[in-house]
Amino acid sequence: MYSRYARRYARLVTMPTNAPSPTAERVGGTPSAHALADVTTSDSTLRRFLHGLPGVDAVGLEARAASLGTRSIKTTAKAYAIDLAISMVDLTTLEGADTPGKVRALGAKAVHPDPTDRTTPSTAAVCVYPDMVATAKAAVAGSGVKVASVATAFPAGRAALDVKLADVREAVAAGADEVDMVIDRGAFLAGKYLKVYDEIVAVREVCGTSARLKVIFETGELSTYDNIRRASWLGMLAGADFIKTSTGKVAVNATPANTLLMLEAVRDFRTQTGVQVGVKPAGGIRTSKDAIKFLVLVNETVGEDWLDNHWFRFGASSLLNDLLMQRQKLATGRYSGPDYVTVD
Amino acid sequence: MSAVDRLSVFKTYKLYVGGKFPRSESGRVYEVTDAKGKWLANAPLSSRKDARDAVVAARKAFGGWSGATAYNRGQILYRVAEMLEGRKAQFVHEVADAEGLSKSKAAEQVGATIDRWVWYAGWTDKIAQVVGGGNPVAGPYFNLSSPEPTGVVAVVAPQESSFLGLVSVVAPVIATGNTAIVIASERSPLPALSLGEVLATSDVPGGVVNVLSGRTAEIAAPLAAHQDVNAIDLAGADEALAKELEIAAADNLKRVLRPQPVDDWSATPGIDRMTAFLETKTVWHPTGSLGASGSSY
Repeated sequence: MYSRYARRYARLVTMPTNAPSPTAERVGGTPSAHALADVTTSDSTLRRFLHGLPGVDAVGLEARAASLGTRSIKTTAKAYAIDLAISMVDLTTLEGADTPGKVRALGAKAVHPDPTDRTTPSTAAVCVYPDMVATAKAAVAGSGVKVASVATAFPAGRAALDVKLADVREAVAAGADEVDMVIDRGAFLAGKYLKVYDEIVAVREVCGTSARLKVIFETGELSTYDNIRRASWLGMLAGADFIKTSTGKVAVNATPANTLLMLEAVRDFRTQTGVQVGVKPAGGIRTSKDAIKFLVLVNETVGEDWLDNHWFRFGASSLLNDLLMQRQKLATGRYSGPDYVTVD
Repeated sequence: MSAVDRLSVFKTYKLYVGGKFPRSESGRVYEVTDAKGKWLANAPLSSRKDARDAVVAARKAFGGWSGATAYNRGQILYRVAEMLEGRKAQFVHEVADAEGLSKSKAAEQVGATIDRWVWYAGWTDKIAQVVGGGNPVAGPYFNLSSPEPTGVVAVVAPQESSFLGLVSVVAPVIATGNTAIVIASERSPLPALSLGEVLATSDVPGGVVNVLSGRTAEIAAPLAAHQDVNAIDLAGADEALAKELEIAAADNLKRVLRPQPVDDWSATPGIDRMTAFLETKTVWHPTGSLGASGSSY
């Protein structure tokens, strides 16, 4: 009775993944090349700049994020959004109990998320701890899937700079395409902005031209929206390729509101400097519905330039299964269940 | 204030899904009338998304409910009977309206229904002895068969017998450790929706029974095709609908209990409705080599 739905959406699923963005890639460029270079010359100029950013209207921000979450995305638009979201997933495993076997399984899943349907796009990347990079690299070899590694004493970031840099160096040497660093939230909250800036710049240098740098702010620990806005600008000034909300290890992770705030920051940064920076909400995004809400935020805030896995990612693990179940529902007309996706 | 001035409070009948009482996701309702066509109440007109949400709730509840001891399940089902006893007057009223019965006939039906709960409550920790047990095998093994619940069961409740029929199909499903999504009688769903209120106050974990009201064909179709539903009881489906649902159910090899003519719901039901949704697990357990006595003990 449902055969008429079968493969109804088949023509929509030929999305190229990891396609190089039309915008020129900026890897390893020095952060001093843009119009705001002079604000980072000293601690006081940096502080003056960050505190001079307009305050965030918290009520307005949350209302805006909530209202954008009410859009109804159905049928072909939904099929497109689901495939786009799959292609943006950074499939993540960051557990103390990670084994090489688990990382290999994750790599296989990233390359072919749904083995029963080869038209499913690959995910953008797998995200692992530095010591698992080599294993992950081997698991995704030959595909377009990138390997991202968290580093700099993830998730707390409480270590000496030398240790953090050694962590990054090891990840890059093992072949990581992307490095997810955490900022020193303690220093940030204590107002030592230049220390945070210098650390990001140092990590940026170690990444060199071989790895894109994602800077994690851990928005759940920054307390206020004003702080998130300051951290976003600080990260971008220091040369981040991506700004990322959270580690996924604290109670409050990515929310529509803090992601909207960061999207506004990357939009304004590009207007002022011409440099495009990516955004990655991570943690707490579990359902397709949530993911589609984030895609609406992206489209309405920064536009189509960011609707590509080169510029927008989801840091998630359980999200992918829900996306796959929704995808199966669209393809067959039948609701799918957890028996038809992998147990991670 | 005199009794004449008082405005009576109408009850809003709602679905029972995941231990909560939501309205239909679609926001729709339909008019429920008594046997003579007099308006009784508006009942939620469930959509396929309500069915989908109910499956999620039932799946979530399955681990805890199937993992509970049979004795504990029996106690909880007995508790349901206790709660029903306390609200007997309400159910007599609803059943009399729904089925056009006299008060005394309806009271008889409700009494039989409560007895039915007690009957199944008693079976929870006995069914394993009846349909499972140790098997004699030629080898140094214990061989044990034990009945295991199938999983999430969609139940199309009988259309005519709105309360006794309903309980006669729901109780055996949950007594054996399955979780259920019940599609109430289309014409008279009110006793089923009120049963949800009883279950919510009887220690039955949320999601073990989920009650949906609305057009049977509309809700049953997505449930029959749902890949995360393990079995379906077609008791209340007419011939054409039953055929259609059985075809849809074949896709993921659901267990299907075909509708059987039931003349009298109050007759002793036997254990067939329980065994329909049980699967036999057989375990071989080595006992080591047999000694001279023929036993290793």
